[in-house]
Amino acid sequence: MSQTSSARPMPADPRTTSAILAERSNSLRHGPDARGRFGIFGGRFVAETLMPLILELEAEWEKAKADPAFKAELDLYFRDYVGRPSPLWHARRLSAELGGAKVYFKREELNHTGSHKLNNVMGQILLARRMGRTRIIAETGAGQHGVATATVCALFGLKCVIFMGATDVERQKPNVFRMRLLGAEVRAVSSGAGTLKDAMNEALRDWVANVHDTYYLIGTVAGPHPYPAMVRDFQCVIGDEARDQMMQAEGRLPDAVVAAVGGGSNAMGIFHPFLDEPSVRLVGVEAAGRGLDSGEQAASISRGRPGVLHGNRTYLLQDAHGQITEAHSISAGLDYPGIGPEHSWLHEIGRAEYVGITDDEALAAFTLCTRTEGIIPALECAHAIAHVAKMAPRMKPEDIILMNLSGRGDKDVATVAAHLGVEL
Amino acid sequence: MSRIAARFARLKQEGRGALIPFLEAGDPDLETSQNILDGMPAAGADLIEIGVPFTDPMADGPIIQAASRRGLVAGATLDRVFDMVRRFRTRDDDTPVVLMGYLNPIESYGPERFCADAARAGVDGLIVVDLPSEEADLLEAHAHAGGLDIIRLVAPTTDAHRLPVVLNGASGFIYYVSITGVTGTRSASEADLVAALPRLRAASDLPVAIGFGVRTPEQAAAAVRVADAAVVASALIDTLAGSLAADGAARPDTARLVLEQVAKLAAGVRGARTLAAADI
Repeated sequence: MSQTSSARPMPADPRTTSAILAERSNSLRHGPDARGRFGIFGGRFVAETLMPLILELEAEWEKAKADPAFKAELDLYFRDYVGRPSPLWHARRLSAELGGAKVYFKREELNHTGSHKLNNVMGQILLARRMGRTRIIAETGAGQHGVATATVCALFGLKCVIFMGATDVERQKPNVFRMRLLGAEVRAVSSGAGTLKDAMNEALRDWVANVHDTYYLIGTVAGPHPYPAMVRDFQCVIGDEARDQMMQAEGRLPDAVVAAVGGGSNAMGIFHPFLDEPSVRLVGVEAAGRGLDSGEQAASISRGRPGVLHGNRTYLLQDAHGQITEAHSISAGLDYPGIGPEHSWLHEIGRAEYVGITDDEALAAFTLCTRTEGIIPALECAHAIAHVAKMAPRMKPEDIILMNLSGRGDKDVATVAAHLGVEL
Repeated sequence: MSRIAARFARLKQEGRGALIPFLEAGDPDLETSQNILDGMPAAGADLIEIGVPFTDPMADGPIIQAASRRGLVAGATLDRVFDMVRRFRTRDDDTPVVLMGYLNPIESYGPERFCADAARAGVDGLIVVDLPSEEADLLEAHAHAGGLDIIRLVAPTTDAHRLPVVLNGASGFIYYVSITGVTGTRSASEADLVAALPRLRAASDLPVAIGFGVRTPEQAAAAVRVADAAVVASALIDTLAGSLAADGAARPDTARLVLEQVAKLAAGVRGARTLAAADI
């Protein structure tokens, strides 16, 4: 196993170790196929008005991927603007308190804007600029993707419109204000339950109406092809770095990789570079809300079935008639009735496992992490921490869990206070 | 010959274009929407488009979104939609009926069973908004087996390179989405329509219907002067929504008001080419 020297960011071969390994013919990393499918999942289920746009985007993305200048530009922004590489942190007190496996955090919350979202946004904004687009639109749930998008629009002086469910605007006020400070227009979407799904519907409607100048910057590994693959590719920097850092720290791969899953971009980013390592368990943590069988959850894989929404076939929460049902989670970022299509495929082939964590379990993990590590995690990744807290005690002290700490929790402090009955 | 082909052939003989009014199934309740459907041919509908409610109608503006919500609350499942068409067919065996909706309810029902049941109920064609030609193989074979046309959508963004791909395997008629936008938001100018049609005519012999943004009898007339049919949806839903009681329930005149508007639109469509001829 080759080990990258500590002189990151760039090894001599511009490809990462995991990318080189992925060239093996039996790799699980070749997807999607020419139709944008991972097995039966994915595809391009959009109205004809948008088809030419997503085909153009795919062609431009293929060109950019093959262009060393694009990669060099992205690497520069990753290093000097996003602040990459993000550290790998051995969470010693948390590990000691849990007893059992060693827990490592990939510190994506230390990125500029406070989450992993900027990785993808940085990549797509450079692509949008190559394509000559002048107006950027995006959907957001917790506001993390909206803030990241507003940030790069400020950086490049582009017009920015963020669609956010009215319910989320209410429960994520600090992020709404941040986006407005950054110069974005935030449009509250009141259709449906006013959450992430509705924001995405409205963003798609806006795109249809503004095809000539607008770039739709999707924030997760979902939507029509090429978005799931493109967003994944931009987020793979997480797993690529973590893999090299783990080799340096421990001289071996982790036994398990754990990440929270809403749409699934932080999980896909850290899973993908480990897909071809059968010794590494991959665990995606869905939001079980008030309980997997409470009817109020956001666990698309655990409680959904395959269907088509927002441009792709994937696991969806839906009723017997194929009507999409409302998701529930304490975390606005996980409050979505679908999941990226590649996750659906990894579930179906059994390569990754998907579990549920309730609101209450996530809240307990939020305080546990804050108290033991001095890190206030986003409620989204508090779900991953809660599952780590279940796994670690059942593992041996020499076992290693790598967890994606995908966002910081400042935005959630008011929500947590309310749930703990504290008046701010 | 299918009902759709027969109807367009007859209209061609008559030298006039078609009016295709739209109603959302179950809006505002199953009985009222049945009455609207049943009354449409007498009011002047040449073909009828029935919207199948979906929770996430991504190509629709606020007016049809609201209609879709009312239809869902009223319980307009696919089984109920087929019931509506079956009842309609007991009194009208000639007017073509096209279902317009989104893919997921069809996937959930099962594409094969859906096409078989739709055909048996008397449906003639399908417009599935989020099923571009690249993905249409999902439904095509089953639709053909049931004698259903899959109506292809062509948009202003569909370029010359792509048009043959979209029209490959098209049947029934071509639905030209005349604006880049969602339903019920803005209208194409007559000049835009005049400019758009030649490339469609060059690419296909199928009749062309113009939809999205056709609201008034004058706009419907303009549409059939350049194309073969005009689809009117949001303007009729506006009338329906405006007739409802504060609690969203139908009033006694709800169906009548909608049908009167269909009649005005039909008069516009029927007079369109006569007037155009008189102008010359």
